[in-house]
Amino acid sequence: MRDIGKLEEIARQVRIDVVTMLNAAGSGHTGGSLSATDLLVALFFGKINLDPFNPKWVRRDRFVLSKGHAAPAYYAVLSRLGFFDREELLTLRKFGSCLQGHPDCSATPGVEVCSGSLGQGLSVANGMALAARLDGLPIRVYVLLGDGEVQEGQIWEAAMSAAHFKLHNVTALLDNNKLQIDGKVEDIMNIEPLTQKWQAFGWQTIEIDGHNLAQILEALDAAEEVKDRPSIIIASTIKGKGVSIFENKVEYHGVAPTDEELAIALKELGAY
Amino acid sequence: MEKLSTRVEYGKALAELGEKHKEIVALDADLSGSTNTQRFAKVFQDRFFNMGIAEQDLMGTAAGLAVSGKIPFASTFAIFATGRGWEQIRQTIAYASLNVKIVASHGGVTVGEDGGSHQAIEDLALMRIIPNMVVLVPADGIEVRRMIEWAINYQGPVYMRTSRIPFPVIYDSEYCFTLGKGSILREGDDLCLAGIGLMVHHCLEAAELLAAEGISARVINLSTLKPLDWELVVASAQKTGALVTAEEHLVTGGLGSAVSEVLAEHCPVPLQRVGIKDVFGISGKPRDLLEHFGLMPIDIRNAARQVLKNKTRQKHLGLYQVIK
Repeated sequence: MRDIGKLEEIARQVRIDVVTMLNAAGSGHTGGSLSATDLLVALFFGKINLDPFNPKWVRRDRFVLSKGHAAPAYYAVLSRLGFFDREELLTLRKFGSCLQGHPDCSATPGVEVCSGSLGQGLSVANGMALAARLDGLPIRVYVLLGDGEVQEGQIWEAAMSAAHFKLHNVTALLDNNKLQIDGKVEDIMNIEPLTQKWQAFGWQTIEIDGHNLAQILEALDAAEEVKDRPSIIIASTIKGKGVSIFENKVEYHGVAPTDEELAIALKELGAY
Repeated sequence: MEKLSTRVEYGKALAELGEKHKEIVALDADLSGSTNTQRFAKVFQDRFFNMGIAEQDLMGTAAGLAVSGKIPFASTFAIFATGRGWEQIRQTIAYASLNVKIVASHGGVTVGEDGGSHQAIEDLALMRIIPNMVVLVPADGIEVRRMIEWAINYQGPVYMRTSRIPFPVIYDSEYCFTLGKGSILREGDDLCLAGIGLMVHHCLEAAELLAAEGISARVINLSTLKPLDWELVVASAQKTGALVTAEEHLVTGGLGSAVSEVLAEHCPVPLQRVGIKDVFGISGKPRDLLEHFGLMPIDIRNAARQVLKNKTRQKHLGLYQVIK
């Protein structure tokens, strides 16, 4: 779907899902789920080739949520696509739920790999891309990274190998919200200059506003055009995007909305 | 006696089986000549991925290949596979029970001259503790081949340790590997010597030394460290009333620990653990190191003498009983 208005409406609803399910769970990651929402919505509703009724369809595109703590947004998207019932969303993080605190592929339909320990997803995406190449499958592999996450050394091992193996069917999206648990990324461990780093590792880099759905879709298309190297979309985002009391607040990295905060969030998101 | 290297037999088996099983892929971290995955790489260039000196990426890429239906064999030295890649193995491979086969070479102190940094004496503990993980330590070149054939048909993560040095062949080509089953290599009534890897041979030699003293030792190979053949361990304890474990690994976390756990719960009889005692390795020739760390047949014999003393004392005090 390429109707920006409709995608924006889906993103709004996903944000409503996210704050509602996090409030019901009583714990979880609000800021990073809301910063990644537009990237996930553009990718899943505007680009990726999937069949919710046949989750293991061999010709599907693959997705790895490397920043696994954004699971609420991922689950909201998967449920809206029809991978599982929307009622499950309110069971997030609860005993016996199919929605674990961080993605568990054994538990949740549509989730391809387990994630949550940061830094590991790009390697897995590369492995999927290599397998697709061996099998002659014209599929694409997408991976969503956090900006703090690229402090992990394995990211750079994987950045090196994706370029070495010329994995042009790998597209990374970097949710560059500039905050991590302990504070600003630049203060904790500066990762800039990001674009030059990825370019030096042999990647095509595309810089966009990560809340502009049209730009995200254009970037995803541009990534597909390049046939000799992987691409990364460095998306400038706002942590907690969409709810004023959460925006750019490091305190909301790993905290769920209280009932009062939920009421404010739902009002701002136009839930009622 | 014919000697075969478990790492070389792994390389040969993989290269041979690659023809029949097109879904096999191999990965290495710049040690393919040493781990012997190079043999596979030469025949199946497009199905071999040298990941460079990057063990975390090696494990993650193997995971990605596995979720896409491949059977990845990921190899490097045992210390780097299990140390550098432990969390990747836990989080991405074992948590989802992915079909990755980690075949790590250069296990134990017989790596030799490279010294303590390269001698994996913790790898079995590190792998044994991870849920879903199968841990195998072949006792000879024949067993390696049977384990590889088995692993291709098994759905799930497997860790297998191979060795740098060749050691004697004990099984014939008729040998059948069954997951979770140990084998009795020699019968005996006074005590049981339980070994893995190279130490199985030292157990057999120790049994000869003991026989010369009029002591009859049962010798068992517990090559499936996890899941352990606890029934064979308990049956051996019930039959002989005393056990000695022998491993080229720390006595904590590996075979000695695994057998202790089973005995403590099911049949507490006297036990002595032959292995490395809370120290790191050092440089030297493999034989010198085996002597230095007390891993020779004579050390197993000495442990056997001690365990028999303890058995007599316990019997005298009426302490040991079988818990059913």
